[in-house]
Amino acid sequence: MKQLLLGDEAIALGAINAGLSGVYAYPGTPSTEITEFIQTNKVARERGIHSRWCTNEKTAMEAALGMSYAGKRALVCMKHVGMNVCADAFVNSAITGVNGGLIVLAADDPSMHSSQNEQDSRFYGKFALIPVFEPSNQQEAYDMVASAFELSESLKVPVLLRIVTRLAHSRAAVEVGELGAENALNPSTDQWVLLPGIARKKYVDLLGKQAEFEKASEASVYNRKETADGQKLGIIACGIGYNYVKENVGDNANILKVSQYPLSPKVIRAFAEENDALLVVEDGQPVVEEAIAGMVGADYPIKGRLTGDLPRTGELTPDCVAKALGKPAGPAFDNAKNLAGRPPQLCQGCGHRDVYTALNQVLAEYPDYRVFGDIGCYTLGALPPFKALSSCVDMGASITMAKGAADAGLFPAVAIIGDSTFTHSGMTGLLDAVNDKSNITVVISDNLTTGMTGGQDSAGTNKFEAICLGLGVEPEHVRVVVPLPKNMPEITRIMKEEIEYNGVSVIIPRRECIQTAARHARERAKQQK
Amino acid sequence: MKKDIILCGVGGQGILSIATIIGEAATEAGINLKQAEVHGMSQRGGDVQSNLRLSTENIYSDLIPQGGADVVISMEPMESLRYLPYLAKTGTIVTSSKPFVNIPNYPDEAALMAELDSMPSVVKLDIESVAKDAGNVRGANMVLLGMAAPFIEILTVEQLRKAISVIFARKGEAIVEANLKAFDMGVEASKK
Repeated sequence: MKQLLLGDEAIALGAINAGLSGVYAYPGTPSTEITEFIQTNKVARERGIHSRWCTNEKTAMEAALGMSYAGKRALVCMKHVGMNVCADAFVNSAITGVNGGLIVLAADDPSMHSSQNEQDSRFYGKFALIPVFEPSNQQEAYDMVASAFELSESLKVPVLLRIVTRLAHSRAAVEVGELGAENALNPSTDQWVLLPGIARKKYVDLLGKQAEFEKASEASVYNRKETADGQKLGIIACGIGYNYVKENVGDNANILKVSQYPLSPKVIRAFAEENDALLVVEDGQPVVEEAIAGMVGADYPIKGRLTGDLPRTGELTPDCVAKALGKPAGPAFDNAKNLAGRPPQLCQGCGHRDVYTALNQVLAEYPDYRVFGDIGCYTLGALPPFKALSSCVDMGASITMAKGAADAGLFPAVAIIGDSTFTHSGMTGLLDAVNDKSNITVVISDNLTTGMTGGQDSAGTNKFEAICLGLGVEPEHVRVVVPLPKNMPEITRIMKEEIEYNGVSVIIPRRECIQTAARHARERAKQQK
Repeated sequence: MKKDIILCGVGGQGILSIATIIGEAATEAGINLKQAEVHGMSQRGGDVQSNLRLSTENIYSDLIPQGGADVVISMEPMESLRYLPYLAKTGTIVTSSKPFVNIPNYPDEAALMAELDSMPSVVKLDIESVAKDAGNVRGANMVLLGMAAPFIEILTVEQLRKAISVIFARKGEAIVEANLKAFDMGVEASKK
């Protein structure tokens, strides 16, 4: 039966049908819809498949590894930068190996549609020395989940499934298969204790498996060669890069489609010999372009992102691939004259707006102030009309950067962080600040949800005062306010008092996100009917 | 046969509902479809677009090439102009005529309309007023879909009507009828 599915949904359904027992994830565009699909899927609910959101990608990765240890199939999902958060557990899971199938899904965001960088997760696969799958379309995304679980269990390694925004958030009809059984509980009897003596042996085991990984790539149904008469340019088309190539050349080209890694040097060399030059079309960073340079010899011409034949940054498009293939651009209109940018902005009525209004008012009295921001809707406070932020780097960095700046003598050093981001990665930094008695003011702007990604549950809801007190913030310097225009005098007074306090203070402006509040009101109205 | 469509507007205007209905109609008709959406940060009052590709043949790219879109369907006039480089020279713009101004540097309205009118093929209408007249203030996007229906060609007006009935069925008969009425008024407006 065919179903119209987002790439993310195809992966979720593929996982359920492949006998998934648990998905572990922290919301992050463009990966969020995978876990959301499983949370609302009827079969998943009936089976009791774990799908509750995790506090961050590291706790997710570790819990998934634990489920794999117990013998069941687990999926861990995140956006690309989440790989940095879970990297310790991820890289070491390749050393421990797996028991039940384990898939790590990384959703990359070339062009940074909703991200702060465009790192390519295939590097992480190579770094951890594990197989990587990279679907070219929604059908492959569905099919690959079962293949990746099988490969993971047969070779006893985690498998990285790498997708990009355009696949994650694009819909197409997918032929859906039968529902398979879950694995039975069957805990590993192998020792997963990475003491140096054991880790050294396991690392050698992992290196020993590399030849098998290459063989699996050579035999993969997702990798294939297409040849055309009279063509001497070999196109290596990775993941969705294949689509842009086919869009432009149809069947009239020599193409090596790559959707499973590691690359086989044997296959690459053979393809190079059949052609006079290679063009590498890959969405993301030049991972393959760099790798094959070491396989085909220094003099062999390779074109791609490094040579400027394709742009060095941003996602691939049918147009940039056409240019790289030497196809002339067709007729098109020029850009319109009467056009202005329309950047995203905080919703009208959002509590974060009131927080920034108050902060800007209070801080105007201090010439040297800096506000260190964090990741979430409230990052939009950097844009007009507020222009309130000096930094936004990674999850949790607001508190620790404010601390470091305060250590250097900057005053006032203010951190602003959302509730979900605080429990994700802000708590440990706050403990550092408490232990150092750093002179910082932390604003935890609590809207009772993970807003930016569409209103998922936030791990710390109703626990923030207790967390701050538990970490050692003095009770008289944990202040809660309700961010509404009518409370402005009280909010600004409290902010001023806490900025003037020489030590760690936490202000918690708390009001539900207006989007989730509206949704909850609709749900309540529906229940009353 | 193929039809490449760009749906656009401002986050929250309901372009994804239009995409869902076209998607339902295409699936029912056995036509291949790819629909790239925008989720996440851009939805917060910023510009949003969706690339919708329909074809009786295999579709590879999720994105429409420049100069390739047969129709640009826009909930907002300035947003319709944002995708001009993607519109085919023979393509049509179907747009709401009413600006949604949530930025301080919105272009001069008269100049904007003049540029829009200078395009070879444009259908524009105050869809919100039409929806209001139809007694369905939230149905502006259905009016717009109705206006665009004759240009989608690969799907018939009847197939789109049926998809509206299917998609809104769970919301009750009254909602289905209101949306069909808004859609029909859009179709009529397009003929003028």
